[in-house]
Amino acid sequence: MRWRYFKQHAFFAIVRLAAFSIAAAIGAFLVYILVNGIGAISWEFLSEHPRESMTKGGIMPAILGTFYLTAGAIIIALPLGVASAIYLSEYAKQGPVIRIIRVGVNCLAGVPSIVFGLFGLGLFVVFLQFGSCILSGALTLGFLILPTIIGASEEALKSVPQTFREASLGLGVSKWQTILRIVLPNALPGILTGSILGIGRAAGETAPIMFTAAAFFTAKLPSSIFDEVMALPYHVYVLATAGTYIEETRPLQYGTVLVLVALVLGVDLIAIIIRSYIRKKKRW
Amino acid sequence: MRTNDSIIQTKQVNFFYGTFKALIDVTMDFEKNKVTALIGPSGCGKSTLLRLLNRMNDLIDGTRVEGEVIFEGTNIYDTGIDPVDIRRRIGMVFQKPNPFPKTIFDNITYGPKLNGVRSKDAQETLVQQSLEQASLWEEVKDILNRSAMTLSGGQQQRLCIARALAMRPDVLLMDEPTSALDPISTAKIEELIAELKRNYTIIIVTHNMQQAARVSDYTGFFYLGKLIEFNPTEKLFTKPDEKQTEEYITGRFG
Ligand SMILES: Nc1ncnc2c1ncn2[C@@H]1O[C@H](COP(=O)(O)OP(=O)(O)OP(=O)(O)O)[C@@H](O)[C@H]1O
Ligand SMILES: [Mg+2]
Repeated sequence: MRWRYFKQHAFFAIVRLAAFSIAAAIGAFLVYILVNGIGAISWEFLSEHPRESMTKGGIMPAILGTFYLTAGAIIIALPLGVASAIYLSEYAKQGPVIRIIRVGVNCLAGVPSIVFGLFGLGLFVVFLQFGSCILSGALTLGFLILPTIIGASEEALKSVPQTFREASLGLGVSKWQTILRIVLPNALPGILTGSILGIGRAAGETAPIMFTAAAFFTAKLPSSIFDEVMALPYHVYVLATAGTYIEETRPLQYGTVLVLVALVLGVDLIAIIIRSYIRKKKRW
Repeated sequence: MRTNDSIIQTKQVNFFYGTFKALIDVTMDFEKNKVTALIGPSGCGKSTLLRLLNRMNDLIDGTRVEGEVIFEGTNIYDTGIDPVDIRRRIGMVFQKPNPFPKTIFDNITYGPKLNGVRSKDAQETLVQQSLEQASLWEEVKDILNRSAMTLSGGQQQRLCIARALAMRPDVLLMDEPTSALDPISTAKIEELIAELKRNYTIIIVTHNMQQAARVSDYTGFFYLGKLIEFNPTEKLFTKPDEKQTEEYITGRFG
């Protein structure tokens, strides 16, 4: 009896330690970035172009560029991903072919992002001759997050009770209408939260946009989807490695990282708020 | 026999889940504006037969039908027949109440709206009529905009009946509609069935022998996928033709 209790306590202690050390590491990381980056944050930093070989001025074009790229990726990947998920889990006859497609999608999720970058370079920039631009970058990021969106959507579709489908079909409502009016609305919150989390990750990726969209420096803001843009993750990379004045830009690097992390966490926070709101309202 | 007034007939129907034969040579005649009960031990194929009558089994991969199911003169399994049309005419109420997570009003109008009932007036009339037919109107007339999920189990089941009735079907299939309900809700639904048969043909699966005896005009007894006996309810429960039927209804089965 004693021994069993001891084992239980020991086990709990280990689990608790693991959880706390992860939380501590993340906390330390965030505090470090906050402390080092907060000094750089000012209205000027957020709203102006970089100046004097990026040692002065702000990062507004990079914020805007990241926004364009991420929004573009969502616009491309969300309909495509949701449609694929609907096909995979609602229409397709479950069998070996569908299993292979699913495994393929999962593998795609594990492909390193630099590979997506090279794929985007080959297909969009070179072959389709879009050049390095918002469109190419958004398409590449879109493909990067496609597996996440398909996965999240399939999960969400599966969580809609089968009885809802039967009820609707039993009323003489077609399969398509049933999916459109019963299944999708009930799955939508799950689809959105899953997708938003994926998108947050994509916003912070450097490799996929490095060859497809991101510019070292642009004097003007983009005027169409065929223009290059600056982007936050790439800007960090540039400031930290490729500039002539790496030491002078150090505070700006931290500031940019802080903005990027805040953006990504902000997006995640939105997803979490949506999810908890839905959990509270969940009616079945 | 009773062919003159029948609305659905099954002719030598075999049904397969993959290679498993769940129904064997079932030939049956369902009479119009009557209640037919299907009874038999668990797994004998009652639900399978019921779901076969409005092509709900189509939704299960790997199923196959042999024979014919004639509904008003046409075989509903003919190529070119849209199962969606069949299900509009032959409605279904399930074992577990399954309202949509919508308001009471929207639950009822969901199907009709997709079939062209657009005007608010027509919808309101339909909601009231259907709820009255399902004897639920008095209980919910002031809370039509509340979520159907907040109703009690018995109320939810009557809502599901109202929802099916709102499609103006000819036949109503009910698969153990009261097995998840308390005795009072059960009694209400049984009363309702007696009311409804004036306008609808009802086919009901039940495990409750008293229920079959109370509500139905005809009863079919199934065992291991076969229709063992099909007779007027009174006869089947008092002087069954088959020994197996007698053993089952007297509880000496085994
Ligand atoms: N989806 C399915 N796939 C394979 N076999 C099935 C499926 N559904 C039912 N069966 C089998 O078909 C037979 C008849 O099932 P059915 O559900 O029609 O029985 P039932 O008479 O309604 O039983 P119960 O009274 O328990 O509801 C059973 O042996 C069952 O295991
Ligand atoms: Mg059953």
